[in-house]
Amino acid sequence: MAATPHAHPDAAQLRLVPARRDIDALHEAMGAAMGRHGYTEASRFAVRLAVEEALANAFHHGHRGLPPQTPVDLSYAVGPGLIEVTIKDRGPGFDPGAVPDPTLETNLELPSGRGLLLMRAYMTTVEFSERGTVVRMTYRRPAKG
Amino acid sequence: MAATGSRLRVRRENDVIQVEFVDRNILDEANIQQIGEEIARLVESQPRPKILISFANVDHLSSAALGTLISINNKVRARDGQLRLAHIDPQIVEVFKITKLDRIFQIHDSTERALASFG
Repeated sequence: MAATPHAHPDAAQLRLVPARRDIDALHEAMGAAMGRHGYTEASRFAVRLAVEEALANAFHHGHRGLPPQTPVDLSYAVGPGLIEVTIKDRGPGFDPGAVPDPTLETNLELPSGRGLLLMRAYMTTVEFSERGTVVRMTYRRPAKG
Repeated sequence: MAATGSRLRVRRENDVIQVEFVDRNILDEANIQQIGEEIARLVESQPRPKILISFANVDHLSSAALGTLISINNKVRARDGQLRLAHIDPQIVEVFKITKLDRIFQIHDSTERALASFG
């Protein structure tokens, strides 16, 4: 996992390959940062889940057809009230508006397609840009957590 | 990373096949695929299977794992069997609710309650 350290210890820019060890290291770093800022376990679960889903989308859907170890660029910043995560993949992009709603009765038993729903459910904002190759998510600390 | 060794702990008690996960985090596609294949073999191992999947010790679950559970549920139904999920961390239960998959699966607080619910 190649890292360019920021001056702020609660932020980093990474080039991440689809290796569980590296992804877990990211979660550990972000979790530690969130812990230092007093985020609750529920908040850490939420952010970890959304980041995991966003990475899965980038690696398995965004990079379909590319060499398996094609990396994504990820940056994160953990602040006292706000967490920001941006992931850029190297694929051709997609239209997030074209992803079917997996909670509709007709889609409920589809084998996939829930990652975006979960990202939007757990993060405060989820925005796509550059033809869907960049996702920027924010998590605002809940009033009581 | 290829998964090696079983990802499940399996116990058969009376006519119920009880399954627990070896991993605390069910996230990787390779592991999830293996889990799906292992449980599918259990489903096919008897007519009208009764399968109880316990999520004790599971901390994190990806949406890909949810897809595999749906596939397992379909296989169980195709064999006129019954599937129960039990002992799921409340944070993960919330994932089932957000995805409305709590409408498809019978989820119980405990293994005991899940066992009692089999017909």
